[in-house]
Amino acid sequence: MRFELTEEQNMVRDMVRRLVEEEIKPKAAEIDKRGEIFPEIYQKLAELGLFGVYIPEEYGGAGMDVVSYAIVVEELSRGCASTGILVSAHTSLVVDPIYKHGTEEQKKKFLVPLASGEKVGAHAMTEPGAGTDVASISTTAKKEGDKYILNGTKHFITNGKEAGIYLVFAKTDKEARHKGISAFIVEKGTPGFSIGKLEHKLGIRGSSTAELIFENCEVPAENLLGKEGQGFYIAMECYDGGRVGVAAQAIGIAQAAFEAALAFAQERAQFGQPIANFQAIQFKLADMATAIEAARLLNLKAAWLEQEGKLFYHHSAMSKLMASDVAMRVTREAIQIHGGYGFIEEYPVERHYRDAKITEIYEGTSEAQRLTIARNLLKGIGI
Amino acid sequence: MKIAVFCKSVPDTETKVRLKGDRLDTSGIKYILNPYDEFAVEEAVRMKEAKKAEEIVAISMGPARAQEALRNALAIGADRAVLVTDDALDGSDTLATAKVLVKVLEKEGGDFDLLLFGQRAIDGDTWQVPSQVAALLDLPQATCTVALEVEPGSKAVATRLVEGGEEIHELTLPAVITCSKGLNEPRYPSLPNIMKAKKKPLTTYSLGDLGIDASEVGKNGSRTEVLSYELPPARGGGKKVEGEPEEVVAELVKFLKEEIKVI
Repeated sequence: MRFELTEEQNMVRDMVRRLVEEEIKPKAAEIDKRGEIFPEIYQKLAELGLFGVYIPEEYGGAGMDVVSYAIVVEELSRGCASTGILVSAHTSLVVDPIYKHGTEEQKKKFLVPLASGEKVGAHAMTEPGAGTDVASISTTAKKEGDKYILNGTKHFITNGKEAGIYLVFAKTDKEARHKGISAFIVEKGTPGFSIGKLEHKLGIRGSSTAELIFENCEVPAENLLGKEGQGFYIAMECYDGGRVGVAAQAIGIAQAAFEAALAFAQERAQFGQPIANFQAIQFKLADMATAIEAARLLNLKAAWLEQEGKLFYHHSAMSKLMASDVAMRVTREAIQIHGGYGFIEEYPVERHYRDAKITEIYEGTSEAQRLTIARNLLKGIGI
Repeated sequence: MKIAVFCKSVPDTETKVRLKGDRLDTSGIKYILNPYDEFAVEEAVRMKEAKKAEEIVAISMGPARAQEALRNALAIGADRAVLVTDDALDGSDTLATAKVLVKVLEKEGGDFDLLLFGQRAIDGDTWQVPSQVAALLDLPQATCTVALEVEPGSKAVATRLVEGGEEIHELTLPAVITCSKGLNEPRYPSLPNIMKAKKKPLTTYSLGDLGIDASEVGKNGSRTEVLSYELPPARGGGKKVEGEPEEVVAELVKFLKEEIKVI
């Protein structure tokens, strides 16, 4: 067993960490406050090849691997969780399925601008009445000649405001449950497609969360991804990989909170000495570091399994479940170590705490992960 | 133009220096490409992008791990890399190092138009090697350069910051230039370039390959030797002198005379 990153993976980690320290972390509080990621950050991410980490170069990507992708999302999230999810949702939920299921024409037309970062991708499944219960979406796509006519409303769509290309899921067969779902590539500016309200959120405020409205929106038939009725399968498959991304985000958030707490504990003096001298604080720091390391290793394993083409969805579910829980625990303890300073905006840990919560919810709730894991076990998978 | 850029693998700027006995404790140290060498690599890559240079060779002398620093130079945009590594090199001082680097330049054809160095390495901090290489090759040099204009085949115009102003030097090529902060803003190596760096050639030479005898390098071939390392004393608290001006002055003079003995 080789327990280390490759030279290239180390170089990626070093580069992204430096980028984050110099250009993203100093702006993270302002990104949170203003509710948007600044254009110069998008540009930097695109220039550096971070929008298509594991997509081959011929399709505009960087030609690296899934482990590098997990590293990129973790390091970005360590500086700014909103920037982390921008890349994660874009890559796992739009770029990945088009790479895996797109025709050569679709890849040339949509994957190249997405993987090169010229355009941002957004994945549109969730509706007001359909969250975890994906099969109950009510957006419809009716075929008329060489077009599909989309009608319906999506909400809680990550990257919804900035995206140029949307992967939209709609029922081509209203009567069927999950087998009636199909996936469509929809470009911004398509007549009949508009962006509705933007949500105000507890955390990841720099990441847009938008409502998408389709009113007799005509989508060319060649924009159907895969076959009719394959949408549910395409979505579920990309969520498996998306969990590696969200777990990496959670680990990055936890790492940031831990680092802040470690530094604070050594600077803050009470009773004539740094609070890091007190065992109560030391135990917290030890538990935090241990939990983060365990979560990171589990996620790297899930990423490695995915890269190797092995069965990985069991591990990615476990990883996302664990990493999101670790992020919640670690950020809470980071505030506790900061005391009152942890509760105010001048210190970053209140933001980390707010950012952590969503990782227990999106890309499948923690409860849904447990169900997946348990069902796998009962089928004899992962034992 | 053919440009040589010299690269050193040094401990990360965040390193907490620890001692093991009177030697440096190198366990757990993360090594990076010397930040001043990054300015040199970036400057060379910009000249290549401006079609002023055809080839950039990154050169390092050091242990095997120096490969990582060279890979970084390749990811920024150098074309190929050369590493001189040999156990006998351990303990080489700056002059012994400069002699080895001169041999590398000869081995690589000796037809370099420009030799770019970082002005200093952040570990040894001697600032000596570039000037020693220039002296050994009898080449003109400009150190601590903050602006550089090169006319291939003819000259380089280098601007250095000096107290109260700037000094502008015109140098006939080939020349040695050492790069300072402010010369440029080094780029981040992009992911595609990190992948490309993996495929670029990295040649390794031993002393034998360069025709150097082990007695000319290492401790034996060096005129200076590091005897031991010491950490700087921990910084003490400041002293505040309070009271009426006459009292303060008297107390301060006493302090300067008796306690720190500077007057």
